[in-house]
Amino acid sequence: MPAHDVLIIGAGLAGQRAALAAAEAEASVAILSKVHPVRSHSVAAAGGINAAIAIDDDWTEHAYDTVKGSDYLGDQDAIEIMCSEAPKEAMHLEHIGVTFHRDDKGELDLRAFGGASKKRTAYVADITGQAILHVLYEQLMRFHETVDRYEEWFATSLVLDDDGHCAGAVARDIRTGAMEIFNAKSVILASGGNGQCYKPTTNALICTGDGIAQAYEAGAPLMDMEMVQYHPTTLAENGFLITEGARGEGAHLLNSERRRFMEDYAPSKMELASRDVVSRAEQTEINEGRGVGPDGQGIYLDVTVVPRKRVLESLREIVNIGRDFAGTDITREPIMIRPGQHYIMGGVKTDVDGQTPVAGLYAAGEVACVSVHGGNRLGANSLLDTLIFGRRSGEHAAARARSMAMPHAAASRLREDVEQIASIIGRDRGGRRISEIKDELGATMNEYVAVYRDEQGLTKALEIVRRLQDESSGAYIDDRGTVFNQDVLGAIELGYMLTCAEATVVAAIERKESRGAQFRTDYPERNDADWLKHIDITRGEDGSPQISDSPVTITQWEPEERKY
Amino acid sequence: MSEFTLRLRRYDPESGAAPYWEEHTVDLEPHRSVLEAILQARARFDGSIGIRCSCRAAICGSCGVRVNGKPDLACHTHLDEAHKHSRDGVIEVEPMGNMPIIKDLIVDMEAVHWKKIQRVTPWLIAKQPVPEREYVVPKETMIDVTQSMACIQCGACVSDCLSMEVDPEFIGPAALAKAYRFVGDPRDDQHFERLQDLAEDPHGIYDCTHCFACIDACPKGVAPMSQIMRLRRLAGSDHGIVDANNGARHEEAFVSLVRRYGLLNEAELLPRSYGGDSPLAKFKPSAQKELVSSLPAIGKALLRRKVTPAALLKPHKLAHSDLQQIKKIYETVEGREERFELNPYITGYDEELEGADAAPAASSVGGDGQPSAEHGQPGQTPGGSPAR
Repeated sequence: MPAHDVLIIGAGLAGQRAALAAAEAEASVAILSKVHPVRSHSVAAAGGINAAIAIDDDWTEHAYDTVKGSDYLGDQDAIEIMCSEAPKEAMHLEHIGVTFHRDDKGELDLRAFGGASKKRTAYVADITGQAILHVLYEQLMRFHETVDRYEEWFATSLVLDDDGHCAGAVARDIRTGAMEIFNAKSVILASGGNGQCYKPTTNALICTGDGIAQAYEAGAPLMDMEMVQYHPTTLAENGFLITEGARGEGAHLLNSERRRFMEDYAPSKMELASRDVVSRAEQTEINEGRGVGPDGQGIYLDVTVVPRKRVLESLREIVNIGRDFAGTDITREPIMIRPGQHYIMGGVKTDVDGQTPVAGLYAAGEVACVSVHGGNRLGANSLLDTLIFGRRSGEHAAARARSMAMPHAAASRLREDVEQIASIIGRDRGGRRISEIKDELGATMNEYVAVYRDEQGLTKALEIVRRLQDESSGAYIDDRGTVFNQDVLGAIELGYMLTCAEATVVAAIERKESRGAQFRTDYPERNDADWLKHIDITRGEDGSPQISDSPVTITQWEPEERKY
Repeated sequence: MSEFTLRLRRYDPESGAAPYWEEHTVDLEPHRSVLEAILQARARFDGSIGIRCSCRAAICGSCGVRVNGKPDLACHTHLDEAHKHSRDGVIEVEPMGNMPIIKDLIVDMEAVHWKKIQRVTPWLIAKQPVPEREYVVPKETMIDVTQSMACIQCGACVSDCLSMEVDPEFIGPAALAKAYRFVGDPRDDQHFERLQDLAEDPHGIYDCTHCFACIDACPKGVAPMSQIMRLRRLAGSDHGIVDANNGARHEEAFVSLVRRYGLLNEAELLPRSYGGDSPLAKFKPSAQKELVSSLPAIGKALLRRKVTPAALLKPHKLAHSDLQQIKKIYETVEGREERFELNPYITGYDEELEGADAAPAASSVGGDGQPSAEHGQPGQTPGGSPAR
């Protein structure tokens, strides 16, 4: 049984940053991921990373923008930590090799981004996530003697000791099918969000909420799960992401009258209002018949107003995406977009060091909810979130390891997981296919738990999700093998997704107001008196979600009306 | 919706059976990707079809395969295009080459690709002292290395690298492109050491045969071969590294022979590559040793009339007027203040090539007998065509 001071599950930005930080603090570290680390979904983050590094900028302004962007649901102590540590983190990335683009003086160039009062976003063309992820992986290769990498291992459960403390995890080597217990003093979940609950989504196929569901299963509370971000510019065709950097560089949004409709919704920030505001504006235009395209379900993003040379050097990836996936040359004609599911603001509830209420269990990145994003995440704050809280989790877990012995991880959990996988593989042919259930879940969430929501739709969604949970427990698979049995992993992932979806819908029904990404047409106003609080969801004895709430931390910014 | 038929290469390592082909017919719009077709087949008919995939948008690099024999990302290949280029109307998908197959379309990247990446010391060795804020470096340098940073490590170039097929130890296109990312980065402290290492390695930069397969294969425009050529120019021309593999001498001999004769003189190329760039090179011991060991190959070439004894003694040479044209090319290229590097992030050049308004490079070398366009083209001198 492998044993480490710190076991990290997930190897995107949060996981890799945690691993490097823990190793630097001289802990023994293992990082385990169901895909090769550079395939992690952080790779798709395009636009950049926010940090108040400009001479005329200050981290408190960044923090205020983030608080306002969150619709005052973000915890201000956590936001202060994230924003004040951002400049140092950005410089650290620069020093280890991230090729941030420069201005004419050779210093870091910054681009404008949504919801920000200043240019504050450092970037590498429009492949910022990819560049940072690959550079962190370079560092993991460099420190291969101090960080053990388990690439293409799929975690199936967290293991608790007799005191209910996290003592490791069970995982399956995807290549051989071998299952093993990884014993650890602390486990850091860094396995990303659950965007695959939606269809379409900008998220990769691997974003199935594994860590959120595993933590929930282990007794950790989930927080802000109702807050699901719809990105304003996803390709109408198939939901692929078009970076906010496009609007940051000056691109316009146009309706069927070829008018910049954002002047009606956010006259001062226009296209660069926060994402919830822009997505809602687009959806309103579409609903009121001013959408574009054959079914009127799209909006035009006009990049042709950005100088062509600038587009080619700094928005190249979306030039490729336009050409390859929509047949559009974005330097010459507008491209059709619409709001699409993009990010889960909620997740496993943690403190500012990534600790969950389950001792020894940490979470960082999209899997976690600190909460720095509250009701709505600002663009280019997610990379920052993963790095700051990934690092803090790694450091804290390493320090914790110094003062404790290796906990006992009972083998019973391993046996249960081995049996569970065997039982899935052994299911009779009958019932529905995994893929059908997944498609129905995606369509349901995208219809009822989207930009606009109401009681009736949400109730219907909950009914469907619960029916799908029943159906999934008997869904059969085709692959009976052990080597790269992706089919059986798909069945397990479907279970995780349904757990996440249930928590999201339950929380969305509970919050009877409109705040950030949650817009209830039956409760269209923000209601600070009753709802300036987090909704926490915990798994009850009988497996059903239990609802409670917790206060929002306010340090220096009292809630006020949000205008862009 | 249209129907497309896929022919997938299947292999189950647990069955003991040999790999086989399997066909599935799917319903999708023609501009959807081959990956979506495979996923539909997996969802509807057979959940055991093995393929790595995640983002579906050509950014994670998981789904490298061969479609109709050519390497690409499955998510980056449109069904209509794939159908058009298929042999018999059925889109053939098989695993990438040069790497062991684990199952179906899944290959062992670790055993080949990642091992090679680790060979090039793939991390920044930062110049000291590390500044408090960012390193101040020219704007262009960071845009320049973005081309190799854009590599998503999908392995498509490794799959079809001909040099690697012959020499499995060849460091290869992806890893060498990764090496350029550091050599081109002004913050790195070990440019010379890196270049010397890659030049002296018998499986290093001079092991590439300029076949362009990696440029064709790359879905992200990284142009690995171009990065390898840039490493060579930096090593040979800028750092004066003369390697024990005779790679730098070989290039020098090539350049000076074409300058002199307008054509390659094979009889001189070999001795000069080993003995240095001089007509006397053949009398140097290092060249003579190589000449002696190459006698069987020379004999075969004579037998098969690839060379004649006369040509060995008296090299062919272009007519004077043509030779003048060649000289002008040299003058133009060498007369530039800065070396021209074709980096689309800076020039936007590849887009222009695809655009409606003329393709400068392509038309002046067009081998289809069409006259070059009338208006001025880079590299074309007025008054007489350099083409033969």
